[in-house]
Amino acid sequence: MSAGILATMASVAQTGIEPISGPIGIEPISAPVDGAVPTPEITWAALLPLIILGLGGLLLLTLSSLLKRKAPRALYPIWTIATAVLAVASVVPVWAKVQGFNSILWWDFRDLWWQPATTAPGPFSTLGGAYGVDGFSLFVTVLICCAVILTTLLISGYLQREELDGPEPYALLLLAATGGVVMAGANDLIVLFLGLETISIAVYVLAASHLRRAQSQEAGLKYFILGGFSSAFFLYGIAMVYGATGTTNLVLIKSSLAESIPRHDLLLLVGFAMLLVGFGFKVAAVPFHSWSPDVYDGAPSPVVAFMASAVKVAGFAALVRVFVAGFGQYAADWQPLIYALAVLSLVVGSSLAIVQTNVKRTLAYSSISHAGFILIAVEAASETGTAAVLFYAAAYTFMVAGSFGVATLVGRAGDGRHSLDDYKGLGRTNPVLAGTLTIFLLAQAGVPFTVGFVAKFYAVIAAVQAGSAALGVVAMLSAVIAAFLYLRIIVAMYMAEGDDGGSDAPADPADHIHVPRPAAAALAICVLVTIGFGLFPGWLTDMAADSTVVLVEQGSTDASTALPGGQTLIVDDEGNLVPAGDGAVAPTEASDPSADPATGDGAVEAPQVQDPAAAEGTASVERP
Amino acid sequence: MLDAIWLVPALPLVGFLVLVFLGKRIGEPLSGWLATAMVFGSFVVSVLMGLSLLDAPDHTFELSLFSWIPAGDFQVDIGFLLDPLSMTMILFVTGIASLIHLYSIGYMHGDDRFPTFFTYLNLFVFSMLMLILGNNLLVTFLGWEGVGACSYFLISFWFTKDANASAGKKAFVANRVGDWGFMIAMFATFLAFGSLNYTTVLPEAPGLAIGVATFIAVMLFVGAVGKSAQIPLFIWLPDAMAGPTPVSALIHAATMVTAGVYLMTRVNPLIAASYEWVTWLIAGIGALTLLVAATIGLAQTDIKKVLAYSTVSQLGYMFLAVGSGGYAAAVFHMVTHAFFKALLFLGAGSVIHGMHDEQDMRRMGALRKLMPITFGTYVIGWLAISGLPPFSGFWSKDEILTYALNKSPVLYAVGLLGALLTAVYMGRQVFLVFYGEPRWNDPIPEDAPATAHTDDADDAPVDEAAHAADAHDEHAEVHPHESSWLMTLPLIILAIGAALIGFINIPFGDLDFLTRWLEDVDDLHANEAHLPYSSATILLLIIVSTVVASLGLALAWLTWIKGVLPRSLWERRFFLKAWYYDELVTRFMGGPGRALFEAIAWFDRTVIDGVVNGVGAGAQLAGRGLRRVQNGYVRSYALLITIGAILVIAFMFTRLLVR
Repeated sequence: MSAGILATMASVAQTGIEPISGPIGIEPISAPVDGAVPTPEITWAALLPLIILGLGGLLLLTLSSLLKRKAPRALYPIWTIATAVLAVASVVPVWAKVQGFNSILWWDFRDLWWQPATTAPGPFSTLGGAYGVDGFSLFVTVLICCAVILTTLLISGYLQREELDGPEPYALLLLAATGGVVMAGANDLIVLFLGLETISIAVYVLAASHLRRAQSQEAGLKYFILGGFSSAFFLYGIAMVYGATGTTNLVLIKSSLAESIPRHDLLLLVGFAMLLVGFGFKVAAVPFHSWSPDVYDGAPSPVVAFMASAVKVAGFAALVRVFVAGFGQYAADWQPLIYALAVLSLVVGSSLAIVQTNVKRTLAYSSISHAGFILIAVEAASETGTAAVLFYAAAYTFMVAGSFGVATLVGRAGDGRHSLDDYKGLGRTNPVLAGTLTIFLLAQAGVPFTVGFVAKFYAVIAAVQAGSAALGVVAMLSAVIAAFLYLRIIVAMYMAEGDDGGSDAPADPADHIHVPRPAAAALAICVLVTIGFGLFPGWLTDMAADSTVVLVEQGSTDASTALPGGQTLIVDDEGNLVPAGDGAVAPTEASDPSADPATGDGAVEAPQVQDPAAAEGTASVERP
Repeated sequence: MLDAIWLVPALPLVGFLVLVFLGKRIGEPLSGWLATAMVFGSFVVSVLMGLSLLDAPDHTFELSLFSWIPAGDFQVDIGFLLDPLSMTMILFVTGIASLIHLYSIGYMHGDDRFPTFFTYLNLFVFSMLMLILGNNLLVTFLGWEGVGACSYFLISFWFTKDANASAGKKAFVANRVGDWGFMIAMFATFLAFGSLNYTTVLPEAPGLAIGVATFIAVMLFVGAVGKSAQIPLFIWLPDAMAGPTPVSALIHAATMVTAGVYLMTRVNPLIAASYEWVTWLIAGIGALTLLVAATIGLAQTDIKKVLAYSTVSQLGYMFLAVGSGGYAAAVFHMVTHAFFKALLFLGAGSVIHGMHDEQDMRRMGALRKLMPITFGTYVIGWLAISGLPPFSGFWSKDEILTYALNKSPVLYAVGLLGALLTAVYMGRQVFLVFYGEPRWNDPIPEDAPATAHTDDADDAPVDEAAHAADAHDEHAEVHPHESSWLMTLPLIILAIGAALIGFINIPFGDLDFLTRWLEDVDDLHANEAHLPYSSATILLLIIVSTVVASLGLALAWLTWIKGVLPRSLWERRFFLKAWYYDELVTRFMGGPGRALFEAIAWFDRTVIDGVVNGVGAGAQLAGRGLRRVQNGYVRSYALLITIGAILVIAFMFTRLLVR
């Protein structure tokens, strides 16, 4: 790839596409010549995580129904985890591509048959520009897979304990993750909606999956009704934005907004508002939060861990992609709303949390308060803010999965013992479990040397840098309030007496909580991450900072964020990953992945040979 | 090759981690040997590093391990700075620490918490090495706090005795004052330079506004005063002798307490960029401390307390050197002092051990025949600290005195008087312990002024009887004996060092190896005072020092052996009571100070806690109100969402009006 072409592509990506003449979006759709349906270009490798997760879920369902005898209990969780791990592995070469590396450590991607070599290094989009592949979407993909792995580890013991064994929860987890990954990368509002509904419906069912608990059924139903309600807002918002800009593609919306400022377009602004309601519901921001305490309380605890981590992460990812990256031009219009949502979530979340007597409800409100913290980073609408969102999301995923993991175990058979009284004396009867929960709670409170502190720190920094110092102050004050609620649980565990009398009494064997191995593994992972990245956050912050969100249209790459040329990532003397200086071979320009018949599902693809000339004239994005 | 520098702190860290988790299982004596091996390995690596550093450009090497706190402008790496200064320090720290570890295996034999002791000791060595090797103030501060924490743990190692526990607390409180200064200095440094890295900050120091530089330098000096037990914060160190004797030797004599001197030397460009009076402040505090502590040392009856005040006094010499612009001299004295003071403490430990945990010198005497190795090595340490040529202390103390004379004749006079008193109190100690009649089973004399010692509640009595009382039930009959080879071998090695280490820096011709080796450190050479003296003058000063030291020893001999001079000439109650400084502090804290603190505590309770609790109470109140909305009905939730949506949309209408 010559530098000249790279530069041209970069400038194309920066300036956006050529202005579309005429009223936007009402060009007549040219009838296909020869009756051939125009097929969008597909970079299968970039979709691999999605395909693996979706296929994994579907295969799990089909194969398990084909099994004559009852499958061994461990089969489903192992399958699920293997699928998630495979999905993470498939992200690595795409990440390398996006960041401009030819290889990471010993893994050289140039020779992989599914190496997405069609374009120059840098973020790109595929499926006719409907799905964006950038550092941001890949980071979130990995995060969602992590949440799947943790939830699987937690839920396997749970299902056994509650006698609910079956493949369905695992399949639903994988399908939900598929939806989440779609949301993370959706460059088109319609695609985003598809992802949103996929993850939502899967989680509605998961929330109601405890067949013998009425609260679980109630939670699922409530979540479903209110979710449908908010989806309607969301869909209406999409329609309005389409009406205003003539397209649902975020790249085109962005360029359309760029050329028409200021525009007195009520349609557009109300569209924003409606979309925000939809997102607000998904991430449980006040005042769209009301469902979450009831649902968190009723749904099976491991499912809550998934809802609080993966679903929120996906929601925030889509929020950042749509508003920060897509509607950035109109930031002045939507920032005050996010500001208000953030303040309300922080204050209401932490205030209501401290009057709860049920630990799961408390954690639900604390989760609302955390959403407020992430919102202040979104409000910054900057690169620092995006990095802070990612870091917070990553930190929160592990902290909350750990917290609800412990809640799963303390809930005991029946999943019903979640009141603060049930935690009294836990420090004496189950010291390790209590210590673990203490770590997660302190981390959520933002105590230094835990990942929670670093996450809060970056969020506040992002807000202050964006000029919202007041927001930072509110955030820190509400963190003080929130600290109270975490301490309350800790105090209950250590200082309050158990129901059975004095502290000198030997621990009643009945009080000892059985911790299944997988759950122990999940908690250990969470503790490691919470403490490890708290002490040494450098690697994760670098990763988050590299994961920029970029909207690129099909057939182009945004080379500005990638390293020039194909580079090899090696470990340097100081142990950092750096591009190697030796002239690594630039990726071949005209490789043809479609030549391999195994590419996928036997789909017929358009020739994928990338024409540099076409890359320059990318004005015509294929639209139906 | 130099990349392996991380091994130096890593080995003790590994030892610490292994002992934390497996210490109890490994048990005695293997855990002690493991800890010793780790520190000795660290010493070997240090030596190899030292050889490689000779070839490095500028004798300086910086290694950044990983980015620790990357927060926008605030970047802190875990990184090491290896230059002649840190190299010199890690060499003697690891070397002496290895010997003291070895000694401890013998000394701590039979203690219930033997593995725990070595766990702390390894953690201490790790922290000390981080302190020295850190390439920025924050890593140094981490080490600084780490050694502090280990110090408190080890002072109150036998915490079942109240005195030991309260001595630990005293050290903690006194050090907090110093740490406060360090932290303020760190914030100011970051504000002024935007960095905490020595290699970034120090070269830019000359360009700094003089007021800012002065502020940072003084605040760092406050930190150094706390850590190195100078006036007015010296009170914690004598009480710190409550810890086991190897701890006193390693932490409270050879290594940790010199951290303040190290810090001052490290930031010498900042001191150079400050007002002139900062150097006078440092030299003045040093001179005052060395004199006051020496007088107190004259009258102490506890063998370890004499050495403790002696340490305070010797640290005073080092600060006198720093203030007089003799940075290399300060480092030189730090090295020689590490050898002879570690030797003296370990010797004292050997005596205490041989005497079955007796620490009062009035119940010793005539031990030279019974403990020949301890006696022989102790004499070398004694002559070294007294400043008799050719022993090490002589060379370093003499160099400091030369710099002091260059600064001001008054400082020189004080230093010389201190040297005289040093010779006297050390002579007194040796004569009381090793000469004269055996007084092993004597009751403590009632009429002596020293009796006040025992009935003094404020004065934390130093005695280690508790830990081995069960092993030696028959305390009535004392039969002093020589210690095992584990304890005498380190004594012999240290004695060789204490005798000869002075030859690394002799002020004639090209023999000042250490001074020239340290020239590459920061701007040490440029910022050092340059002595205008000829070789003849220096020779004259050497003769004066020698005469003064000999005079001191003669006076001690006349007093405690011959009895020509009355003992009360030296053993004054005023000195015994440490100039009543401790009592003054206690009285102030109990009287007007207490009222002040009560007032502050009241303010904290009512106003600060009030605000905090108010926030909590207010939030609870608000929470109760808001809770009513959360009634469980889907319809009211949907209503809430709708209201929210209406508000959001209404806001967008207002945006439209604004345009």
